[in-house]
Amino acid sequence: MKEFGGKALFLDRSDINTDEIIPAKYLTENTKLALQSYILEDLKLGGFDPRRDIEGKGVIITRANFGCGSSREHAVWVFEVNDINVVIAESFARIFRQNMYNCGMLAIELPKKDIETLFTLGEEVEIGVDLVGCTLTVHGDKKVVIPFILNEFDKNLVEAGGWLAYADKNY
Amino acid sequence: MGKTIAEKIFAAHLRDTPTPENVILNLDVVLCHEITTPIAITDLEARDMDRVFDTTKIKAVIDHVTPAKDSKTATQGKILRDWARRHKIRDFFDIGANGVCHALFPEKGFIRPGYTVIMGDSHTCTHGAFGAFAAGVGTTDLEVGILKGVCSFRTPETMRITITGTLQDGVSAKDVILFIIKELTVNGATDKVMEFVGPVVDKMSMEARMTLCNMAIEAGATCGICLPDRVTAKYLWPFLNHKYASIDVAVEDFLRWHSDPDASYVQEMTLDVSKLAPQVTFGYKPDEVKSVVEMEGTPVDQVYIGSCTNGRIEDLRSAARILKGKKIAANVRGILSPATPKVYSQALEEGLIAIFMEAGFCVTNPTCGACLGMSNGVLAEGEICASTTNRNFNGRMGKGGIVHLMSPLTAAATAVKGHITDPRKLI
Repeated sequence: MKEFGGKALFLDRSDINTDEIIPAKYLTENTKLALQSYILEDLKLGGFDPRRDIEGKGVIITRANFGCGSSREHAVWVFEVNDINVVIAESFARIFRQNMYNCGMLAIELPKKDIETLFTLGEEVEIGVDLVGCTLTVHGDKKVVIPFILNEFDKNLVEAGGWLAYADKNY
Repeated sequence: MGKTIAEKIFAAHLRDTPTPENVILNLDVVLCHEITTPIAITDLEARDMDRVFDTTKIKAVIDHVTPAKDSKTATQGKILRDWARRHKIRDFFDIGANGVCHALFPEKGFIRPGYTVIMGDSHTCTHGAFGAFAAGVGTTDLEVGILKGVCSFRTPETMRITITGTLQDGVSAKDVILFIIKELTVNGATDKVMEFVGPVVDKMSMEARMTLCNMAIEAGATCGICLPDRVTAKYLWPFLNHKYASIDVAVEDFLRWHSDPDASYVQEMTLDVSKLAPQVTFGYKPDEVKSVVEMEGTPVDQVYIGSCTNGRIEDLRSAARILKGKKIAANVRGILSPATPKVYSQALEEGLIAIFMEAGFCVTNPTCGACLGMSNGVLAEGEICASTTNRNFNGRMGKGGIVHLMSPLTAAATAVKGHITDPRKLI
């Protein structure tokens, strides 16, 4: 199973859509790796520059309704090929959330107050994910441990390495 | 306790219940297009799993960029085409027979009441207009659908939206759904099914119901759904007449999918549309919606009429009603993209294409192209488009471009005046 966690990239806005994560004009690529440099290219967010801010990050922390819009799994792959395997948000659009688990990646929903806490821990934040105990260990200006709920089926998808492997075994 | 239509469809297609919250459904139709399917195909090949669960239940079309605009899009088309031929998928629609998926597949009679449908395209919710459970999915879900004929969902909760009153002349299904999205917000229906009922829906054509269901995803919904009735049966009759003795018998049979009177809903909304004005979006989210009266006068550079939301014959008729005998403003480029070859040829027969062309519109072949900024009408930085499509996201129709979503009537009125215009003044 994948190791989850890493340095956090903060995207402080709700409703970040899949066109912002990966614009449609790049959907003509036929490999996942070809998407790598286009990550979050159209995201307009004060002070954010994908070419500078993505490097070395393993986790995205954001607000509500992340990944709304198109069904394009490219929005998940572009994170995967940039070594980002966890997105933590107040809520997700359904298809994006499913695409994350289908790829064996984590889309973790936290209550608004916990998201608020994460946004107050400074700019240098490192997140460890314990899938067995369902807790996030967060090292920032201070250390915080935040529990999360992981649906059993989603957990099985992550452990199987994604929906294709799970479905091939079970159906 | 009674069941909703979505719950009835789920019960009839249940393959597995891995947890109380998650269900695995058997699929009746798996729809494919050339943007999200090729990576599924190449992945299946790489895994030595290049199989399909049922060639008759898989339908494929090249629609997003057609004819191909460059080598990359040509390759995407080729991967889909070669795969369809290799697996003898009969219902594959290539250039000359292709059209926007969510307009083409219903026209071919592929979607029936009670069906389960997936596609690697978020606007798959359109097909709920037929009383089907239809959901947009990602490429991995599509891949498993192609291979195994199953898909996972969370047990659905349904919100019921009852639409009452009478629509004014000049106000259409597009205005109704834009107003509903404004009320619910872009995630107000996440993980839910939006069930549209009431006298206004009962009177709507299948085209209008498809417009209504098409944009359910813009409120976050898994699916929009209408109860199948006589309108549904009449639309599908050429495909059903061997199965039922009469339309009456079909309508009677469809009742088994109707939500029970004692079904439970997580949310109820009632909307009297009698005073509803035409609606137009501003900003970059589909819930940023105002009355056309407030948006009147906003200048535009391009008017686009087409897409899976509003590229059907009824949409072309309503726009042509305003354009007839008029010219579009000198500052505006008009683009019409009939959604399917059938819509195109019917529009030719009815003289609608002539009306568009005489007004100064460019008429393209059926394609999704401009709606997502891929081809056939991409905007330049700073340009503004009045569009009958479904998303006004930043950069959606071209980097730096701005999109105002509206009905075909409002788009036509806007084309004539050169700025956003209330269509009620011109009809």
